[in-house]
Amino acid sequence: MTNQIRNPKPELSPKPETNSVIRASGLIRHSGFGFRISIGGSILAFLLGLCLVTLPWTLHASSNFYYDRQHTDSALLPPQGHTPWMWFGTSKLGQSLLGQCLAGGVISLTIGLAAAAISVALGVTVGILAGYRGGWLDSLLMRLVDILYALPYILLVILFKIALESPLGKILRSSAAANLVVLFLSIGLVSWLTMARVIRGQVLSLRTLPFIEAARAAGVPQHRIFLPHLLPNLVGPITVYATLTVPQAILQESLLSFLGIGIQKPLPTWGSLASDGLGLALAPVASCWWLLVFPCTLLGVTLLALNFVGDGLRDAFDPKREAAHI
Amino acid sequence: MTRFIAWRIVQLPLILAVVYLITFALVWLAPGSPYGNNDRALSEAAKNDLKARFHAQSWEKFLAYYPWRIVTHGDFGPSLSYEGWTVNDVLRSSLPVSISLGLFSILIALLCGSAAGVTAALHRGGILDVLSLSVALVGISLPPFVVAGMLIVIFSDGLHWLPSGGWGQFRHMILPAVALALMPMAYIARLTRVSMLDTLGHDFIRTARAKGLPKRTVVWKHAFRTAFLPVFTYLGPATAYAMTGSFVVETVFNIPGLGQHFVNGVKNRDQTLILGTVLVYAALLLALNLLVDIGYAVIDPRIEIAEKAQ
Repeated sequence: MTNQIRNPKPELSPKPETNSVIRASGLIRHSGFGFRISIGGSILAFLLGLCLVTLPWTLHASSNFYYDRQHTDSALLPPQGHTPWMWFGTSKLGQSLLGQCLAGGVISLTIGLAAAAISVALGVTVGILAGYRGGWLDSLLMRLVDILYALPYILLVILFKIALESPLGKILRSSAAANLVVLFLSIGLVSWLTMARVIRGQVLSLRTLPFIEAARAAGVPQHRIFLPHLLPNLVGPITVYATLTVPQAILQESLLSFLGIGIQKPLPTWGSLASDGLGLALAPVASCWWLLVFPCTLLGVTLLALNFVGDGLRDAFDPKREAAHI
Repeated sequence: MTRFIAWRIVQLPLILAVVYLITFALVWLAPGSPYGNNDRALSEAAKNDLKARFHAQSWEKFLAYYPWRIVTHGDFGPSLSYEGWTVNDVLRSSLPVSISLGLFSILIALLCGSAAGVTAALHRGGILDVLSLSVALVGISLPPFVVAGMLIVIFSDGLHWLPSGGWGQFRHMILPAVALALMPMAYIARLTRVSMLDTLGHDFIRTARAKGLPKRTVVWKHAFRTAFLPVFTYLGPATAYAMTGSFVVETVFNIPGLGQHFVNGVKNRDQTLILGTVLVYAALLLALNLLVDIGYAVIDPRIEIAEKAQ
């Protein structure tokens, strides 16, 4: 019993696998991965910049690019080169698809970033607590993660969404704002699971390393071990999984929009534009291909770039990936 | 081993109970009501009448009636929005459809994904590697409904090889299963590649090659069996994904699966239908995860299960 107190949860201490501890310095050593990161990163920066710079036009009600300006006489027109606002064609209600895509990009990317922020905050906290404290807290938190993992993603998002929407609408006094915030929250609330698992694993192997033991032996209180000692060693996996959460969240939103429970019209996202366009674009006669092709290309390119950056970061941070030939 | 399995089986009903309660809380708190959502509004008296008939006057009454019925009779109760249907009827007609579609797509994902991963690992840095990785990246970067739409345009409208919707014959299953399989396939290919590369660097591979075994034997009998482990653990999440994605794919291909009923249930606030569907999904996934864990222990004897059981 005394032994257990001095060395808490001996049954949980993993084999010391220094190899699997991802080091932040790895990024510099394996600069070969920089190629993927910089390509993906510049595509992302370009798209995000474009969407942000054009916001004054896409949000200005009298501009032709305004995402909800309905040109009733020019509905469902294919792309036309001579008028800039019709470069991407027009929607069923005569809105400029280019304007919708630009405004939608901001919302889609915000959803991704919000989900990533929530998943970092929740996932890292849960992961560190579970990994460092161990014992019943670890079992409890990890069972919770298991349970949430066991439920289909969309199911949880939908349930969170319907439960949160009306109380938030009352607080914010605007159903559009509530819809947006609930979308951020509910997608964020289901995307921290992988982060929590990964961080817990990292903390488990970090915990046995001499420098943490030294800190503990020197009597450093727990919260001072978390921040200055553990957190800097977790920067690698946190960055990687946060980057990989963003495309996931954007995809989730598109699925929700497709099922008709995503963002409220007329606010656009790439996913909702694509799912709205699907029916008209697949029509065998007079297919409105532009309604599907443009939002999907933007969505695909962005997700591709994000996955590219995430993969590049993961390879860069993980020294284990380098070896191995036959 | 037996102790570990027994402990996990004991946990199952507990986890299901928690899932039931969480879902119930979320559904009960949600605004809107399942009654009178159709064209005509119901009077207050008629609503109360319906509530009394469905044991849904208050949450205490609901929880006192339904969970017990589920445990003793396996009866999820009547559907609140589909008139004349019980939740069991809905499940009986649609669950087999969803399960067969999901299993078929996981099978495709597993076969194609691991083959692509092994090929990529063996030709590291070569054209095949780059090609399979890019296909995999595209696979995880497009929403399933877009993939489904493209498949319909190419194979149904364009080439007239396969039907664009419906259910009943094997040909109806191919396009939706492929659309559903693409994302897990991409993940499996990437997982297999990384873990193959990892395994191929180990000493026992060099030993096997050094003692003169042919490359094919070493790759498939020695390396692949070890490299398959992470893929095996991914099967649980992959199935969860296949079920989730099936909501969307079923809509595109007009398949009478469980997904549409869940979405309708949510839109109509049909509490019994939502609870029934969630519970069945969760039970399926938990059972599958348990099987995966047991299978993992069978495949890889290095795992010390006794420790986990604590």
